Amino acid sequence: MRQKLRTATAATALLAFAGMAHADGELNIYNWGDYTSPELIKKFEQAHNVKVTITDYDSNDTALAKVRAGGHGFDIVVPSANYVPIWVKEGLLLEARPDQMENFKNVDPRWVDVHWDPGRHYSVPWQWGVTGIGVNTKVYGGDINTSAIFLDPPAELVGKINVAPEMNDVLYATIKYFGGDWCTDDKELLRKVRDKLVEAKTKWLAMDYSVTDKLPAGDYSAVYYWNGAIMRSRLANQDIKFGYPKEGYPIFMDSVAILKDAKNVENAKLFMNFIMDPENAAMVSAFAKYANGIKGSEQFMPEDMKTAPELVVPAEFEKAGEFLEACSPEVVDLYSRIWTDVQK
Amino acid sequence: MASGRTFDLRSQPAFSFVALFTFFMLYLPIAALVMYAFNAGSSMAVWEGVSLRWFYEAAGNERVQEAALRSAVIAMFAALTATVAATMAAIATTRTRPYRGLTFKYAFINQPLMVPEIVTAVALLIVFSRIKVWTGYSGLGYLVAAHSAFCIPFAYLPIRARLENMDLSLETAAADLYATKWQAFSHVTLPLLRPGIIAGFMLAFVISLDDVVITEFVKSGGQDTLPTYMLGQLRRETTPEINAIAVAFLLFSVVLVTAFFFVNRRKV
Amino acid sequence: MTSAAEIVTQVERDDVRARWLLSAPALLIIFFAAIGPLFVMLAYSVMVKGDYGDVRFGELSLDGWFSVLFQRDIFDDTIGLADAHLSIFWRSVKLSLITTLVTLALGFPTAYFIATRPPHTREVWVFLVTIPFWTNLLIRTFAMQEVIRNEGILNTLMIRLGVIDQPIQLMYTDAAILFGMVYVYLPLMVLPLYASMEKLDFRLVEAGYDLYATRLRVLWRIIIPLVRPGIVAGSILVFIPSLGAYVIPRVLGGGKSMMLGNLIELQFGAGRNWPLGAAISITLMAMVMLALLVYVRNAARSGAQHG
Repeated sequence: MRQKLRTATAATALLAFAGMAHADGELNIYNWGDYTSPELIKKFEQAHNVKVTITDYDSNDTALAKVRAGGHGFDIVVPSANYVPIWVKEGLLLEARPDQMENFKNVDPRWVDVHWDPGRHYSVPWQWGVTGIGVNTKVYGGDINTSAIFLDPPAELVGKINVAPEMNDVLYATIKYFGGDWCTDDKELLRKVRDKLVEAKTKWLAMDYSVTDKLPAGDYSAVYYWNGAIMRSRLANQDIKFGYPKEGYPIFMDSVAILKDAKNVENAKLFMNFIMDPENAAMVSAFAKYANGIKGSEQFMPEDMKTAPELVVPAEFEKAGEFLEACSPEVVDLYSRIWTDVQK
Repeated sequence: MASGRTFDLRSQPAFSFVALFTFFMLYLPIAALVMYAFNAGSSMAVWEGVSLRWFYEAAGNERVQEAALRSAVIAMFAALTATVAATMAAIATTRTRPYRGLTFKYAFINQPLMVPEIVTAVALLIVFSRIKVWTGYSGLGYLVAAHSAFCIPFAYLPIRARLENMDLSLETAAADLYATKWQAFSHVTLPLLRPGIIAGFMLAFVISLDDVVITEFVKSGGQDTLPTYMLGQLRRETTPEINAIAVAFLLFSVVLVTAFFFVNRRKV
Repeated sequence: MTSAAEIVTQVERDDVRARWLLSAPALLIIFFAAIGPLFVMLAYSVMVKGDYGDVRFGELSLDGWFSVLFQRDIFDDTIGLADAHLSIFWRSVKLSLITTLVTLALGFPTAYFIATRPPHTREVWVFLVTIPFWTNLLIRTFAMQEVIRNEGILNTLMIRLGVIDQPIQLMYTDAAILFGMVYVYLPLMVLPLYASMEKLDFRLVEAGYDLYATRLRVLWRIIIPLVRPGIVAGSILVFIPSLGAYVIPRVLGGGKSMMLGNLIELQFGAGRNWPLGAAISITLMAMVMLALLVYVRNAARSGAQHG
């Protein structure tokens, strides 16, 4: 049965190529808020004579819950890496075979055989980034390439730190800080993780999302946050520097995938192919200030992004970065209880 | 006031002071909001001079316009539905001897107030998406229905409070003069009830405009309202564009409500 | 031949039927879009949680309910009270109560002030109360942030006036959440208060003064008992949304400390424990209804005493 289904989808994919030059109609994209370049959409609409509608979500779980419930009307969704296997497992994604699309040759080989979608049968890269440290160097001049900035903060930074309110990112950094591995269920280690977080939280100012505004303005002096936002902060205030936690930092990538119950599959495939074009991928990045996974897009990028220290990972820190796998339900349960303890 | 007292017996000077302070506090954040809408810089914290830049950006942003319009349409329909239903229900549940089911009605009507939004949101997601799949209809009707439901108690409470405090003698007089029930209602009860109904409608409208969580879960493709659009932005970055949108929206509402008030007054 | 008594019963029965018909639209809408779906919640609270959110339909379990109050310790597996949940419950109740009291303290004088203006200007004052609320909750929360942040209006003003020389850290504290909730929910207090005060018969106040009552006494013995329905309505309208507040603690509280709304959201979101989320929600609803019952009873009793 599965085999049959696969051949069927492959056949549809082939048909899609045949019809590629011409497709009218609609496309419904369900994406993170403030993440889709309007210029890119305009270009796509004009190129293919398609009316694109964008709808926002603000968390992976909201998007998952909504699509699983059905009746949503979306064609394309952009889940984070650790969520893609869940979407596939729950049977929500169409095996669109982007690896057979014309522009797939542009995808950086680094992003082809990824653990969440080996060989890219379901999804194509949208943007990727890391969660790292941003510090106002006027306030603190020491080493910033460490998670100690927010877990054992130096006196200058106490009470001025903002940490992303993201369970996975924060637990990852803390587990790594104590030398553990992601998805560990080692109770002794996790006890240390919890106690450290409970203690460190008293030295934080906030766990909030509004960094690009408050880091440059001085409300925060240090953050543990996404690199694109910290880059935007630096553009507003030159004293902001970015640090890669040497103990380990999470890498994230959001990927574009087509929903199984999509109504506009052909247009969705056109869109997938469209964003693998280097020039278009550069538009994606220029808007949200994160890297994409397409070779050759650099030459179309704005000048300030080509050399940005937030986007170009120094060789010595490359190894410390890791994609977060989806942990088993038991481990997720354990982690969310620790997280509740931290936030009580 | 014609009495020979040395003070106005209605006035409680301390109250007036608190009231004026309250009005000041109500407008202080709005003033800040309006001010930063005119900020030349892209920050909501650092003032860089006056400019209309963000109004142009917002005006050029199609998604914002569509979302704002959608919010207003949903709020209008939901508030209307809720106010009509709430007025009828208020009349049916006041000024009567207790009858079977009266307490049940109170509890039922006020129930949406007792549920945290997120709970209703998830529950509605589960139920409405089934209906969407069955019927194939996925329009704004679901949002209007959901908004109407949680707006009803907000419209109901002021209307009921008004009814309970109302002077019965005028209606009795109307009945004595052989007015039919409907005549008595439309010529006596309704005009007396009007302040309550207006308060109810305005509350309902505002509550509908405000809603983030339920809308986020119930919306289908292409149904972002202004709040859900902004919630999406919250995670990334906020610029004075949001202020500009808010100011435009504020202006729109003020014009609308002012017009509403004037039309309303002329009839008196 | 029908007796007078029978006619009276018939009329009464017709009246009740008409009253049911009149309330039908409201009841139906609420059933369809608010109460009905909650039965789904009730069902979800007694099922096994799904691996990635949702539930495994049809598989029953009481784990969700168990974990509302108790928890197996993460580390030594002993069963104890879920003190994280309890402290979140407590802080939500505490902050909501304070919010209600503060809005009442500000809203009562404001409503009184409006009700004692000349009739033709009252509507203008009501209008002024509502204007700030014609923008949505998120924007208002952001606006409040502009006021209380370190380089915001409040701190700048106080420094200029020489009251303080260092900005006070208000953002990301419980005080910030309170500021936000009071600001956002104030009209929900003022409007119903005004609606009942506007009907206040000031001849009674006059009578009070004729009997040489002081201002305070008139207020306490005459005005407050008469506008009690408005006070009850306003308090209910403010207290309940405060309890379930989600956006305000998230933006102004800096997300460091959860309130109930955030805890429930976590369970339906990244925590992926829908049965627990459903059970906490139902517990919250039960608490609110209990509080309402006690409150309404008390209000009725003291109202009777004051005659």
